Amino acid sequence: MSEPAIERQRMDVDVVCVGFGPATAGFLTALSRHLVNPDGSPAVESRVAPGLPLQVMCYERSDDISFGVSGVVTRARGIRATLPDFDPSQIPMAAAVSQEKVVYLLDPIGASRRSLALRLGDRAVRALRLDRHHGVELPYVPPFLHKQGGMVMSLGQFLQHVGAELMGSGTVQIWPGMPVAEALIDENQAGVRGVHGVRLCDQGVDRNGQPEANFLPGMDIHAALTVVADGPVGAVGRQLDQEIGLPQGHHQREWALGMKMVIDLPENTELEPGTVFHTFGYPEPEIFGFFYVHPDRVATVGIFVPSWFRSPVRTSYRYLQHYLLHPYLWRYLQGGKLRSWGAKSLQESGRRAEPFLAGNGYARIGEGSGSTNVLTGSGVDEAWTTGTQLAEGVLELLRERKPLTRENLETAYVARRRASWVEEEGRIAEKARDGFHKGVVTGLLGMALAGFTKGKHWLGGEPQLMPDLKEYYQRKIPAEGVERIVEDCHNRGVSCHGALMERCGWPAIPYDGQLLITHQDALLVGGKVQAPAGMADHVRFIYPDFCERCATKMCIEMCSGQAITPGPDGIPLFDREKCVHCGACVWNCMTPLDDDPQRGNISFRAGAGGLHSPEN
Amino acid sequence: MNTPLQIVVCGSIVPDPLQTLEPVTGPNGPSLKNEMLLPAVLDPWAGHALFEAAHLAGKRSGSKVWLVSLGPKAKLQQVMMTVAQKVPFELVALDGPASGFSDSFETAAALAAAIEAIASLDRAKLLLFGGWESASRGTGSTLQMVGERLGIGEQFQGVDEITVRDDGSFTVLERIEGGRHQVSVCAAPPAVLGWATGNLPEPKNNPQVGMANMRTVMPALQRAKAAPISNTGLRFESVSLPKQQRETRIVKNMPVEEMAREIVAWIGEE
Repeated sequence: MSEPAIERQRMDVDVVCVGFGPATAGFLTALSRHLVNPDGSPAVESRVAPGLPLQVMCYERSDDISFGVSGVVTRARGIRATLPDFDPSQIPMAAAVSQEKVVYLLDPIGASRRSLALRLGDRAVRALRLDRHHGVELPYVPPFLHKQGGMVMSLGQFLQHVGAELMGSGTVQIWPGMPVAEALIDENQAGVRGVHGVRLCDQGVDRNGQPEANFLPGMDIHAALTVVADGPVGAVGRQLDQEIGLPQGHHQREWALGMKMVIDLPENTELEPGTVFHTFGYPEPEIFGFFYVHPDRVATVGIFVPSWFRSPVRTSYRYLQHYLLHPYLWRYLQGGKLRSWGAKSLQESGRRAEPFLAGNGYARIGEGSGSTNVLTGSGVDEAWTTGTQLAEGVLELLRERKPLTRENLETAYVARRRASWVEEEGRIAEKARDGFHKGVVTGLLGMALAGFTKGKHWLGGEPQLMPDLKEYYQRKIPAEGVERIVEDCHNRGVSCHGALMERCGWPAIPYDGQLLITHQDALLVGGKVQAPAGMADHVRFIYPDFCERCATKMCIEMCSGQAITPGPDGIPLFDREKCVHCGACVWNCMTPLDDDPQRGNISFRAGAGGLHSPEN
Repeated sequence: MNTPLQIVVCGSIVPDPLQTLEPVTGPNGPSLKNEMLLPAVLDPWAGHALFEAAHLAGKRSGSKVWLVSLGPKAKLQQVMMTVAQKVPFELVALDGPASGFSDSFETAAALAAAIEAIASLDRAKLLLFGGWESASRGTGSTLQMVGERLGIGEQFQGVDEITVRDDGSFTVLERIEGGRHQVSVCAAPPAVLGWATGNLPEPKNNPQVGMANMRTVMPALQRAKAAPISNTGLRFESVSLPKQQRETRIVKNMPVEEMAREIVAWIGEE
């Protein structure tokens, strides 16, 4: 017997956007300026509400429009092109880049896993006394990496500013706290398959999605154009990838987890606003770091843990703490206080992760559309620019009264993107990081080669199998020691990386209650994580028996919020109240599905809440 | 026959209580550090009042709810994108400070003037709702003064429940000491009800409600009158936050008795 159909409310609009990040902010900013004439009459008339301007909706998962994650340094070329009068001083935490350094961090405690080449290099550096505070400042910043002329800012504050301007214009509506469950994919009356809008998440359901007393079925929003901008792990983007597939030769296998803290620097800090440090070499050679100084003695400090870091217990919070404690950075941070904390996954395949950018009734913009540049380490400005390109294309089509079909969007939007600097620089960056699959030194050389030859040359490499725990630790911990630690951690319901790292020589974190605090305190004090009641769990283990057989369980180790923990029978437990929606579990699942080896055993669906801080 | 009601809810924004609040003293007196940087929410006390008002109005056809808000326009606008998804109301916006350091006397005067300016308001059907302790640093004075300025003598503070009968009379449960309620019966509106927490859960976000509300919310924000609060005659001797000590430990499904024991033990240590 089939289940009774759920009666859903329906609303018709002209354009519906999924997610409010930099790409949608760019799209709506460029679009909204041209919807109403100075006399108040519609410049572009709505098809669903004749006589009115285009009806544009945007639905955002988080509780507010400013709860994204990225303390960012950007050249802001695209942002300035759209907002020529943009004044950083009008936005809290924004400042022009004043100085920029690339710093190689030596290992001051001898616990990191360094290759022979790096160890020899480190010895030479120390022997020649080239280091200061265990760091070596490179003599110059490669041109492809530098951000001179750009700005440091808080993406949360920037989006709050842009969102207020947009809503003040009265031409578009942005609804926070309203996650989009899926795209409505169907054939229209003419038999053309396409996206016809979105379905919002059901509310008033239990953790399995079953209706409860206050059940409110998610509304169906029908639109001529669905703008998919829900990021690299967004439910709608992933749904389209799964149903439509990726273009030939494209893949989404390179990722990184970015985790950062916003810190009140000590009163006597000598760091000037706009100071930028890019670091590499520590806490592990594969982990890159960043340190951006905002006005008013505030800094954003964080790390990127990449998917090519072949550790079966790779983690981020613990490494971030060791990063803060590195002498080169700690001299600035000692006495500081945590203001905010957050984490997000980054799509590091860049242009090679690009999905089909347009189809009948939909277009994709932003990071989930492969716009991030993995060579320059830049994504916000690129995402914003793809949004403005789509807006220009859509306006062109609407003015010409052309339908929003795949062919027309290809001409009006995709062609604009192909002809832009986003595409040109994305192609240069395309293979720049392949060398990291062969090692850090090869990877760095490959980046330099690609950067200096404008992408004509690079060093290749393919992902390698993840070693198991015993293999990974064989030079530091006997196999039976690894087994004992794993068993003990599982019995205690905690992840293993802390115990394993300490066994390898990483010192315990000297908690100070201000900046060095426990992971759970960071969730509460810094992330202020929220999980509204009445929503289903957005993380599900598709085939629990696969999890039972999984020996590594990297989803637990890499979980940014300790929301995934060891459970009985080997099946992890998920606690929605701790999840920051970073999506690390998706790409850290090492158990491929039989019918789709590109996907792991974790289903990451739409959900509300997550980080609740505007300073990220 | 159900008598329709006209319910005016006074409610504005406060800094999101989940953010770190730090009082600072500036040239214009005390304020919160980075207040405009912090996200804001509808004052939770006023939120309960709004949800109760909408619930009551929903049961009596022909009833209407206004939300009168005094706050910085840009912040009001942002908060309304969330609040407007909850329940139907018409916004009356005043552009002015919503800081917890604003003078409650001046705030009450601005609110009362805005309510008096609502053209279609019938005082014989008026229930004035608000948060019991809103906009008054816990003194419960603002809503009381709004009522006085409007000439409404029937006032109830710390309200948890109202039951309106068909003839328009109503019963109010007010919190009193000892965890008990005082039960009052009123023959008819107008009356002032300063809400405690009420009994209703926060409504779900409903996009259709949001869309309907936005037809009035955006115009209301665009024509929001300036309501400067001068704080003349107000002087703060000192401002401080309660001393906080955080010692986080997350334990789920702990029995209530055990929680109580821990809290008592912790208080004993202080």
